[in-house]
Parts: sequence; C-alpha cells; structure tokens
Amino acid sequence: MFDDKPETTRMNMIQAIRDAQDVMLGKDDNVVVYGQDVGYFGGVFRCTEGLQAKYGTQRVFDAPISESGIVGSAIGMGAYGLRPCVEVQFADYMFPAYDQITQEAARLRYRSNGQFTAPLVIRMPTGGGIFGGQTHSQSPESLFTHVSGLKTVIPSNPYDAKGLLIASIEDDDPVIFLEPKRLYNGPFDGHHDKPVVPWSKHPKGEVPTGHYTVPLGKADIVREGKDVTILAYGTMVFVAETAATETGIDAEIIDLRSLLPLDIETIVESVRKTGRCVIVHEATLTSGFGAELSAQVQEECFYHLEAPVMRVAGWDTPYPHAQEWHYFPGPARVGEALKSVMEAI
Amino acid sequence: MAREENDYAPLKLHVPEPPVRPGDTPTFDKFVVPEAGSVRKPPIDTDFDQIRDLGFDIIRVLDDEGKAVGPWAEDISDDQLEAGLRAMMRTRAFDERMLKAQRQGKTSFYIQCTGEEAIATGHQMALAQGDMNFPTYRQQGLLIAQDWPVTKMMNQIYSNEQDELRGRQLPVLYSFKEAGFFTVSGNLSTQYIQAVGWAMASAIKGDTKVASAWIGDGATAEGDFHTALVFASVYKPPVILNVVDNQWAISSFHGIAGAESSTFAERAHGYGLPSLRVDGNDWVAVYAASLWAIERARRGHGPTMIEWVTYRAGAHSTSDDPSKYRPKTEHEAWPLGDPIKRMKQHLIAKDLWSEERHTQAEAQYADEMREAAIEAESHGTLHDGPGPSAAEMFEQVYKDVPPHLRRQRQKMGI
Repeated sequence: MFDDKPETTRMNMIQAIRDAQDVMLGKDDNVVVYGQDVGYFGGVFRCTEGLQAKYGTQRVFDAPISESGIVGSAIGMGAYGLRPCVEVQFADYMFPAYDQITQEAARLRYRSNGQFTAPLVIRMPTGGGIFGGQTHSQSPESLFTHVSGLKTVIPSNPYDAKGLLIASIEDDDPVIFLEPKRLYNGPFDGHHDKPVVPWSKHPKGEVPTGHYTVPLGKADIVREGKDVTILAYGTMVFVAETAATETGIDAEIIDLRSLLPLDIETIVESVRKTGRCVIVHEATLTSGFGAELSAQVQEECFYHLEAPVMRVAGWDTPYPHAQEWHYFPGPARVGEALKSVMEAI
Repeated sequence: MAREENDYAPLKLHVPEPPVRPGDTPTFDKFVVPEAGSVRKPPIDTDFDQIRDLGFDIIRVLDDEGKAVGPWAEDISDDQLEAGLRAMMRTRAFDERMLKAQRQGKTSFYIQCTGEEAIATGHQMALAQGDMNFPTYRQQGLLIAQDWPVTKMMNQIYSNEQDELRGRQLPVLYSFKEAGFFTVSGNLSTQYIQAVGWAMASAIKGDTKVASAWIGDGATAEGDFHTALVFASVYKPPVILNVVDNQWAISSFHGIAGAESSTFAERAHGYGLPSLRVDGNDWVAVYAASLWAIERARRGHGPTMIEWVTYRAGAHSTSDDPSKYRPKTEHEAWPLGDPIKRMKQHLIAKDLWSEERHTQAEAQYADEMREAAIEAESHGTLHDGPGPSAAEMFEQVYKDVPPHLRRQRQKMGI
C-alpha cells in the first residue's frame, strides 16, 4: 500500500498504534484523539504517549470516566466534520457506550440518508492473557459484528496495527478497533509459562515510517498449508501457528484482520482447497463470531468439506481470574481440534 | 455484631403520584406562578454562582394583560413579534393537518407539540445560520420558524418518493442538516451528549457556532443527560442545554423524573453550570432567554441550561390516549395558558394585531397546510402511491455498499 520500499522502524504494537495516530494527527487537522488518561499521561497502555505534547490540548486530551460520553461526544464531533479517534480503556468498559455505538454511531448515516455521518474510530484493548479477571479480559467482537453500520477490525501485529488504524481513521464509517492487549509487547504463542518474545524479534515488528494503509476487509494468509484451514484473529493467530507446528499438521492459517467487512473470498478459497476448517477465538463459544464463520463456511464450502467445521473458543463462562489458562483456548486445545478434523472420515 | 432489636417502623417506598387523576377536578394549586417581570436579568458573563436564583424562579415577560414587562422585555421589532406569532400558528396548523392525515391512514404515526409552540419557534429565531439543534421529536417548531418547506417535512411523514430520508426513518424523526436540524433519534437523551460533542468541535476548530441540545423532563432520568452535563461542565463548549418540562412523559407525570424534589434547572448547579427557568408559554420570554444564553455561549462564557416550564396539551403521540391517566380538561387549567393566545393578546395590546387578522391568519395557515399536504400526497403516502424502492433499504448503511449487503440485495432479486 505504499509506493517505494519504505524506511522501517522496529516497533511493538503500542508504538505502532501511537505512530498511526501521530501520522494522522499530522496529516489531517480534523483528527482529534481523546479518552480516559489519554492526554497528558498518554494512556494506561501508553498508546497515545507524547501526542498531547506534540499536538496540544485542543487535539489530544483527557476525558471523564464516561464511555457513553466519550463516544456520544465523538459522534457530535463527527457530525460537525471532525474525525475523532477515541480510546475506551478496556473493551470491557464499552458497555455504557453500547447505545451510542450501536443505535447512534452505526445508524447516523442510514437514518439521515448521509446528511450526518460518524467517521470515528473507537479503539479498545481486548482479550485476556494478562490476569485481568472478568472486567479486563473480555472479547466483545461479536457484539459489534452483529450491528449493521459498524466495521470491526482486530490486528495481530505492529505492521497491521498501524496500517489498519490509519485506514480506520480515514474510513468514513464508524470503526471498532480492537487491540489484543496480550500482543501489545510481543507475539504470544499461548504458552504463558514461557518468556515473552518481543516484537523486535518478529518480522511483523518491522513497521514502515510515515503513512501507509492495510485495507479493511482483507484477510492475510499468514501460513500456507494444504490439510486444514484455521480461521483466527488477534491473539489466536499465534496460538494457531504454535498448534500447527506442535501437531505437525499442515495447516493454512488465515488472520482475518477485519471481521466486518469479512474477506469471505479468501476464506472460501482456502477451505475449498483444504476441505477442513477450524475456527479459533478467545471470546465465549455460544453466538460468538465463530458461529457466523462456521455458518458461512458450510454455506459456501459444504461439498468440499471432509470434516465438520470445528470451533475452539473460550468456555461459556465469565472470564475467570485464577483459572485464566484453563479458560484460554491455548495451543493444546487448538491442536486437539486440528487432530480431530484430520481424523474425521 | 448486628443489633438484634429495634423499634423502627417498616419502611415504605415513596412512589410519586400526580395531584389528580381522570375524573378529578384539574388543579395546579401547588404550582407557584411568579409575577411577570419580577426576575432580574444579569449580564451574560455573570458567573453561575451569582445567578443560582434563576434556576428556581420563572422568567416571565408577558403579564395577564399581555404587556411585556420587566428586564427580560427585549426590544423586539414589531416584525419579529408578528413573525413569532405566525410561526406558532403555522406550527399548530401543521400539527392539525398531520394529525388528520394520520387518522386518515396516510401515515403510521405523528407527534404534535400543542401548547409548546413558543419554545421551539422562539428559540430558533434567536439562533444564527450555522448553529445546530439536536432536537427531540417535539421540536418541529424549529423548522417551521425558519420557513423550512413544510412539504419536505410532510414527505418524510408520508415516507413518499420525495422523502429525503428514503423511508428509512419513523415519521417526524426528521433530519435537515441545512436547517441546522440534527437527525432525530427515537432513543431518548442520546442527542444531548452529541450536542455537547458538536459544540466541543466548534470550540476545537476556533469557530463561533453554537449547539442547542433538547430533551424532555422524562428523559432527564437517562444517563446521557448526566453525561452531557459532566462534559459541558468540564469543557465549557458553546452549547445550550434545553429541558422542556411539559409535565408528562407519556403517562408518567414529571414527579417520576424527580420533579417533586428539585427543578430541572437546579440540577445544572451541581455541575457548576448556570441555568434559567423560563415560562415556556411566553414567546417573548422564550426569545429573550434564548438570546441571552446563545450570546453567552457564542462569547465564550460556556453552556447554559434552560428549563422551559410548559404543559403537553395534547397526547404524547397518535398512539397515546391521555384521558386514561390525567383529567381530560387538565390543559385548560394550566396556569401559564396557551402560548398563541398570550402572544395574540400581546400583539393586540401593542396595536399590531386584531381578532380579524387572527381569524384570517388561521384560515390562511389551514389553507397553506392543506395545499402543502395535497402537494406532498401527490408524491405518495405510506401505503399508497410511489415511495422509496425496497433496494434503498440497503443504501447508506455504509458509505459504499459492502459485498455482504450486495449479496443480500441480490438475494432479494433487486
């Protein structure tokens, strides 16, 4: 998405997200960035560090602890002509804003026939793996994909995070930008007892400087294979890679990157090739996004399937604290699913 | 260790009840009507702490004889006064026509603003081009007061082929950006914080545009009311926070929204925001108070809440029957009277108007609305004649129709 071979810098996901906002604040006067602890301090995860000092308090500022207020005011700003990029401190905290997100931001364009739009990005750290307990670990993506008018994006690495966030800020529709917090500092393979590998040791930690985009609605085949297709996003991309390596199964792994719009073509092409599909997500199983993926895969690939479509997901319980690693769908559980689809028929 | 015995009487939940119910004689004997002209008018840059009394009192200008008295009696031109009366009369004529259309089955739903015409019309005339209202469904007067084409409003009500919202939105939930009229939501109170955000944007961009937020007494119970006040208090953007206390939220009197315990205007004080409490049936008071607050906002002195004290004389909507929960004639007992009658009396007292001219104007506006309705109906009504196509259902969900919606549209065979 850029012309010449760009200069690159080693970044973790936090730096990449900050850099995307830096690029857009510099490029477009209508971009504003705010949220709880976002201004002077630079965010609890440091994703906006230094931006207020660089762009001033009129462009980057702190907001009250009020998700409904953050999103509601951003909708008003969007209607005025700004492009707010706001932070909800944890995805778990977005529920007070759910009315504003789903009934307002998502529908402004529709109900006004395009007179008013909400070109905003709502960033929120998502997922578990950090001993955050019930209210700092949830993955609410399907609560957004179920709503018409929203786009839902979830990157799995610094390169995609920056490119997708720039594309999201430039998008004229509201985008929910989910940041897998377990991936902020390094690609996590699901083995929580092993030391953290930093992004500086991963090729996707090589991030171009300046402006580039990763288009919304385009999946990425991160590992080619012929036996089974794994559909994953966010933290689960690396867990899936680990499971494939550990089981020795020749899995093709698709990082969805955008859940809506969904790159169904890439998915269908892969599943028709492999004949098997395992879907992995951290969110609870029932009515999770995996259910949607499973339905679409069987609708489009039924006659190519050699095994039932399997889902590996968080159990249908609240996200527990001490039992975190029993809840988390790690490489062992993904590996079991891979083996079971390979054994079918 | 817990105490084992006590002599406390059993508690009882306090559930507020209006003073009268159907069959009772209407009364407002507990409602104190301050004398017109008795409330002071401070300079627009006065600190909120110095004007707390204005959140309890009621600013009134027109007295019982129809004379404009006191410090809020603006120097309003004769033309402006007449325009105010005419805007209210047109609003009422519009409502009457559309109620009739709904009863005739030409649309599914309508909401009238009978008895509240002064508030939206007077406020709109104090706003400037480029300002933005974030209305509820009962502020049609904002459009009518600026001579916005009523056929455009009717086209929306009929969801016909000329409907600018392409049939996607419930009747009366208009959107007219050009008219400074934000898309109305059916979810109450969401627009209140959005208006604050819009005003924040005006300040961020170094503009001088003002946002005007609207909410009813009932919806002040929603979280977004509080949220809006917090943001208004923190960032002090140029926003007017209107609360229309028309006493009734469908069947719940305003006591169920806390009106027994405090005025709505008073609630602003807890946030360090100034507020005015105004006779909403007094067009001159509405106009003067609006000018004051709008000028205050535009000069950078921050938000003002205005509580408009009024009474919902009609049903909540065409789906409502108020005789089930309040005396049928209660609106006749309302001490602040009818805004049109009061303005008419004022103009007659000033020798600007007469009974004959009034009757003539009533006929003129009934004709105007009938003709506008005929014109709108020639483009279809909800169940008859041309209307937006089914395919348009799939448009404007996103800027561009995404592949999954294209596939669904194709599945419909359109």
